[in-house]
Amino acid sequence: MIKKFDKKDEESGSGSNPFQHLEKSAVLQEARIFNETPINPRRCLHILTKIIYLLNQGEHFGTTEATEAFFAMTRLFQSNDQTLRRMCYLTIKEMANISEDVIIVTSSLTKDMTGKEDVYRGPAIRALCRITDTTMLQAIERYMKQAIVDKVPSVSSSALVSSLHMVKMSYDVVKRWVNEAQEAASSDNVMVQYHALGLLYHLRKNDRLAVTKMLNKFTKSGLKSPFAHCMLIRIASKLLDETEGGHDSPLFDFIESCLRNKNEMVVYEAASAIVHMPNCTARELAPAVSVLQLFCSSPKAALRYAAVRTLNKVAMKHPSAVTACNLDLENLITDSNRSIATLAITTLLKTGSESSVDRLMKQISSFVSEISDEFKVVVVQAISALCQKYPRKHSVMMNFLSNMLRDDGGFDYKRAIVDCIISIIEENPESKETGLAHLCEFIEDCEHTVLATKILHLLGKEGPRTPQPSKYIRFIFNRVVLESEAVRAAAVSALAKFGAQNDDLLPSVLVLMQRCMMDSDDEVRDRATFYNNVLQQKQKALNAAYIFNGLSVSIPGLEKSLHQYTLDPSEKPFDIKSVPLATTPLTEHKTEMTPISSSKMPDKLTPSRQDIYQEQLAAIPEFQGLGPLFKSSEQVQLTEAETEYVVRSVKHTFARHMVFQFDCTNTLNDQLLQKVMVQMEPSESYEVIHYTPAANLAYSQPGSCYTLVRLPEDDPTAVSCTFSCTMKYLVRDCDPNTGEPDDDGYDDEYVLEDLEVTVADHIQKVLKPNFGAAWEEVGDEFEKEETFALASVRTLDEAVGNIISFLGMQPCERSDKVPENKNSHVLFLAGGFGGGHDVLVRARLALADGVTMQVTVRSSDETVVDIILASVG
Amino acid sequence: MDSTSPEPSLYTVKAVFILDNDGNRLLSKYYDPELYPSMKEQKIFESNIFNKTHKADNEIAFLEGMTIVYKSSIDLFFYVAGSAQENELMLMSVLNCLFESLSQILRKNVERRCLLDNMEGVLLVVDEIIDGGVILESDPQQVLQKVNYRADDNPLSEHSVAQVLQSAKEQIKWSILK
Repeated sequence: MIKKFDKKDEESGSGSNPFQHLEKSAVLQEARIFNETPINPRRCLHILTKIIYLLNQGEHFGTTEATEAFFAMTRLFQSNDQTLRRMCYLTIKEMANISEDVIIVTSSLTKDMTGKEDVYRGPAIRALCRITDTTMLQAIERYMKQAIVDKVPSVSSSALVSSLHMVKMSYDVVKRWVNEAQEAASSDNVMVQYHALGLLYHLRKNDRLAVTKMLNKFTKSGLKSPFAHCMLIRIASKLLDETEGGHDSPLFDFIESCLRNKNEMVVYEAASAIVHMPNCTARELAPAVSVLQLFCSSPKAALRYAAVRTLNKVAMKHPSAVTACNLDLENLITDSNRSIATLAITTLLKTGSESSVDRLMKQISSFVSEISDEFKVVVVQAISALCQKYPRKHSVMMNFLSNMLRDDGGFDYKRAIVDCIISIIEENPESKETGLAHLCEFIEDCEHTVLATKILHLLGKEGPRTPQPSKYIRFIFNRVVLESEAVRAAAVSALAKFGAQNDDLLPSVLVLMQRCMMDSDDEVRDRATFYNNVLQQKQKALNAAYIFNGLSVSIPGLEKSLHQYTLDPSEKPFDIKSVPLATTPLTEHKTEMTPISSSKMPDKLTPSRQDIYQEQLAAIPEFQGLGPLFKSSEQVQLTEAETEYVVRSVKHTFARHMVFQFDCTNTLNDQLLQKVMVQMEPSESYEVIHYTPAANLAYSQPGSCYTLVRLPEDDPTAVSCTFSCTMKYLVRDCDPNTGEPDDDGYDDEYVLEDLEVTVADHIQKVLKPNFGAAWEEVGDEFEKEETFALASVRTLDEAVGNIISFLGMQPCERSDKVPENKNSHVLFLAGGFGGGHDVLVRARLALADGVTMQVTVRSSDETVVDIILASVG
Repeated sequence: MDSTSPEPSLYTVKAVFILDNDGNRLLSKYYDPELYPSMKEQKIFESNIFNKTHKADNEIAFLEGMTIVYKSSIDLFFYVAGSAQENELMLMSVLNCLFESLSQILRKNVERRCLLDNMEGVLLVVDEIIDGGVILESDPQQVLQKVNYRADDNPLSEHSVAQVLQSAKEQIKWSILK
């Protein structure tokens, strides 16, 4: 008794773990008693537990020792101790991958799974399926089928779940058990129902008709299991999503009816499904929102969390639908679970009025340090959205963000804050200085190279134009002294921009540059030397070309051209103008939030769309002599959406030719089209020189055919043309089911809509980060100016949009945004015309009765100026 | 925004783990082979989760892109993790079932020492609740019935006496049979 007391005393200390000092070798040594006769169930049980515990702790077992222990363990099947047997099953499952020849226990397990002891049967099935491979599966197929329809729920469930695991491995075998699974689905047991439904869906999910039938059956029969109900809701909403079924479909009615289910799990699943449906109207959302509102006051934290998280999602698209819950959300602000509180506040920030912003921000800043990074990102995103909505609040937000920036946090969190500050700076000119100051402070102590370079770039762009540029120099030069190569190089580039734009700073910048020329890194030295020389010339045009507006060519294109150049050496120097220009990425404003889960998106440099087209076209022999691809247009629809054939066209512009790519889809399942081509009749002096037909166009498999057209050589101003298009092809009727075509076919044709080539197809968008400098660089040699009246246009916004889309040029300096309540606006556009000529357009717009526009065009080539003005007129 | 609903599937649970109050692993099961495939990653993940959850008993959190429901008892922490789109209440029902079943098996002594002493029972309970990520059973009574395991509260000394007697009996039987 005293001994026992001692032991207890010792164990109550920190290390009271019976497994603490386990040695793998000692345990394996002990495992020898498995071979003793008679079997001692207690001790064997304890040793098995130790083995599993060690495996679970990450102890590595070699194949030989694992196999040895496994074989010793097989002897334990002789014992009839229930727990010991069950532990054997567990050991088999744990060791299935590390031991050899595990299939040796197949017969023992098969015996247990078909035996009389119900306690053994389920677990034995699961262990057996874990060690079975495709070839062995055939042998136990009969038993599995029986087990699926067994009366004992645990046996049936085990068989169903194991079958589901095996679908990945041997789909064809498991598919044959569909009838048994069907029978199991009508079982009285809730879990069997659930598992059977899951297996059935998994086997049939590629057959939409079968899924529909299955849904019909089960939604009517009314399953008892809440899990099965949730599964049905998910299947139904997926089917709705795929078929784009309207919300009057019976499936939607089913999901809505689940909102009245007795079980909270099902109600929540249904509400969540409705909320996640695309294009839900406010009326359809209302019942879902009201059940979520009820959940908000639940005593269960998980339910409150689930409800507020879903409401948060609703608020992104339909803030007004959530307004009704504002009162309930207010109560959650002080929830002890910070995740719930954060979600409640960010939801309120989306739905609330401008007046409540200050209060909410204060509330959230009181505990922002306690929440996880994931939620901090949510908060930042909410703030970012808020700044777009209430620009006047930017000072509050900026303060808050700068505080957050000082806190600890991971890369994603910091990046979200920096992006948010940058977007505020861009939206609100008056917040620029405070924002830049915060960012300067941040890079003083920033461990993320990507963010530091990004901020330095921004400083270089915005800093020189602030009233006091000199104060940023110190921050930037500190980077040169303290940071890694990439940051130093970025800092040098930023410094150069200050020197180029501010004459009074130039001498100091030159001194700093000379110091950077001593840097230990090649890139930094190269940049410093280059900028130093450029700056010393003190020429505006040079500055503009080499410091403000860098290369605007596409990088893969440049690589290819250089490679080509090295392949056939010539006397001529390499012409940078032959390189295709970079397509400016479409700058969509991300009003929609990225979900918190997808923050791990890979940031890869993907080749641009144009580079992909270039590859595709280069593969066709007829198009190889055309030179580099200059521009590819957006896709143009040449047919109505719901017709027999769907044809879309992409216009590819080359130096002297154009290639029209027609992506055709055949939507008739009883036809096979062959030799498909699109015949084009030009209205101007364009000349069709070649057709490349698509050989085969089977049902719903898109194919492409091409038409090559030569641009008129004698008249460079003929930039626009209209083509009438007809698709010609050979039809072969075929069997809709097998796709087997008839032997002979007949010619047919299909008239498409006209295709237009406009001036925009000849202009590539080029972003000039500093438009003023570029404007000076081109000079006024070929400047022309004209005034137009746009009578039909009512607002400045509309006018700006029309001009941009008509000319296909890149708006610079954010001049595509017309400030509110203004009567005049200046739009800056930049582009590259075929042949490597830069084109710059300045359009002064004035709103009176209609819009009056004064267009000034500058380019390095006179014809280009004429073309632009002629096309505008 | 993830407007596409998640693929309907029975694979609900991504991981289950039980930690002690120092954040040490007592038992962990990972059901998604793509999620933290190496032991090192798993342990880092567990300690991250532990650090963020052990102070406040909040029941639910969203960490490392996963919904995690948890519960503590004396010196133990129970965690169930699922994907971000998963129905939180389903995960909760798994956690509740796990906790209820264990508390029955351990006769309400849900604490570290008792759990370790009855490790085999704990392993069997987890095995009956989740199989490869699929919820096998969510009713604690059913789980207990299937596991059919009783915590052993015989003191060690008594037990060894009984054991000796038992083995003596067996040995005699054996020799007679021979």
